[in-house]
Amino acid sequence: MDLVESYAQDLRFARKSFTRALLGLVLLAVVAFPWVAPDYMVFIATLVALYSIGVMGQNILIGYTGQISFGQAGFLAIGAFAFGHLRIWGAPFLLALVGAGTVAALAGILVGFPSLRLKGPYLAIATLGFGVAVYQIFVNWEVLSGGRSGLAIAKLKPMLGLSPVRYEYYVYVLLLAGFTLATYNLVSSYVGRAFVAIRDADIAAEVNGVNLTRYKLLSFAISSFYTGVHGALYAQVLGHIEPQIFNILESITLFVAVIIGGVASIEGSILGALFVILVPKVFSNFREMVPVVYGVTILLVLIFEPLGLFGRWLKTRLYFQLWPFR
Amino acid sequence: MGDLLEVRDLSLNFGGITALQDVSVSVAEGETLAVIGPNGSGKTSLFNCVTGIYRPTAGGVAFRSESVLGRTPDAITRLGIARTFQNLRLFHNMSVLDNLMVGRHLHFRKNFLTALLRARGEEIRHRRRCEEIIEFLNLEPVRKSRVADCPYGVQKRVELGRALATEPRLLLLDEPVSGLTQEEKDESAYWIHEIRGRFGITVLLVEHDLRVASRLADRMVALDHGVKIAEGTPAEVQRHPEVIKAYLGE
Repeated sequence: MDLVESYAQDLRFARKSFTRALLGLVLLAVVAFPWVAPDYMVFIATLVALYSIGVMGQNILIGYTGQISFGQAGFLAIGAFAFGHLRIWGAPFLLALVGAGTVAALAGILVGFPSLRLKGPYLAIATLGFGVAVYQIFVNWEVLSGGRSGLAIAKLKPMLGLSPVRYEYYVYVLLLAGFTLATYNLVSSYVGRAFVAIRDADIAAEVNGVNLTRYKLLSFAISSFYTGVHGALYAQVLGHIEPQIFNILESITLFVAVIIGGVASIEGSILGALFVILVPKVFSNFREMVPVVYGVTILLVLIFEPLGLFGRWLKTRLYFQLWPFR
Repeated sequence: MGDLLEVRDLSLNFGGITALQDVSVSVAEGETLAVIGPNGSGKTSLFNCVTGIYRPTAGGVAFRSESVLGRTPDAITRLGIARTFQNLRLFHNMSVLDNLMVGRHLHFRKNFLTALLRARGEEIRHRRRCEEIIEFLNLEPVRKSRVADCPYGVQKRVELGRALATEPRLLLLDEPVSGLTQEEKDESAYWIHEIRGRFGITVLLVEHDLRVASRLADRMVALDHGVKIAEGTPAEVQRHPEVIKAYLGE
């Protein structure tokens, strides 16, 4: 029987025993994965983990706050190169990660200023401009980008006797778990409510005491922090970065992941990341078809399942909850 | 004077259109004042000027002898003015409870770290206040429902509750009973009356339904084409020749 007896109980993380059991199973599977899957699959899972962080950040901005941004490639590049330089100067991994996120967050605040005036497609164009500008700056400013040869980043030294691939997987999955938990907490707090309020009715949010300037910029800052960390983790995995990696397609990929995974859904962000990583792998023999797959999937999702993959999961769950009554 | 809200010679122009012209209205602490007038007479514009959504072209608005001009809407709400909207502006994808919790936003002790770490003391404290409002407005059955799924009458109540959650001293109600059934209108009138009695909140109300308006209001102001044409007791205003002309024509 699902009976809530206090407000505190109502706010508990994973309140229902079913949710807790499911969560336990997922965690078990995630921990066991590298011991049963080949190294190649483990590497792909690592990519999914780091993309999930970026998609989650993008979802905070697009899904929760309702501010369309196409400038994510810019934040990715800023995060990646900040991370690269910090690592080359000898900063330890975690410190460089926080540094990369912080630099990206500061850039995010700057980009957020147009959002105080612009809405919808106009904001999308302004942020698109930012992404392209950052790309051009890195391509043309060799001091930042390391020139033609790019930046080389030292691999992580595995600990606990794990193989490098497994070690990286566990580090990234742990980071993803941290970010996921923080995101859950954030969106269920007063901050998350302010974000959704701005998305659903900005004037009403303002009249109810939500400072639009502060919370729009905060949303941009948090989102670009996530994206900066994504960029940094990506740089670490690749071991070598050059500006050409962070072109406009990266922005679009993150956007696609948000829409397909599910707008304003954390689980959806992970599903979306899974999608944009797996599709290019599955279609690796027809690489030029990948954008077509994205486009068609977005159309299908918007027509048949506006809540994305996560919405499909919700409906499936409802089906079993109501079974055999339909 | 001791007036809670004082609007002095307020004018508002949009390009060539005059929405308000030299309107002066004052609301005393504890009273209920109704603003009436035909469509497009500037009632909502007056509200928008008071709550900081529009910047008036000339004139002043003072709340507790403090000017509100130049402040952002959220800062004005923090001073103690709350409002509802004529065409409902709710947070449609949130639950009824969360809508009210947004109303509590300005009373939260804000600390980003507690938000990240799920320290929920503040949530629980404010939830208690929201539950009082939920009980007052009979919203218990829909507490966790998505607002978009609720019927119109309930949505109107949610908006009223959200405004109450900010704990205002002055409540601006923009057509609180429009679009409701007769029964709902009577209920709403009772609640508005109770808001004044139980919470001691001063009410400024825009209303087309003159029956409800005159039942609730101590005083009445009539606007037409952005100009104040009458002021007095509800009976006086409704008998005023200018008001009759505005509503019925020559």
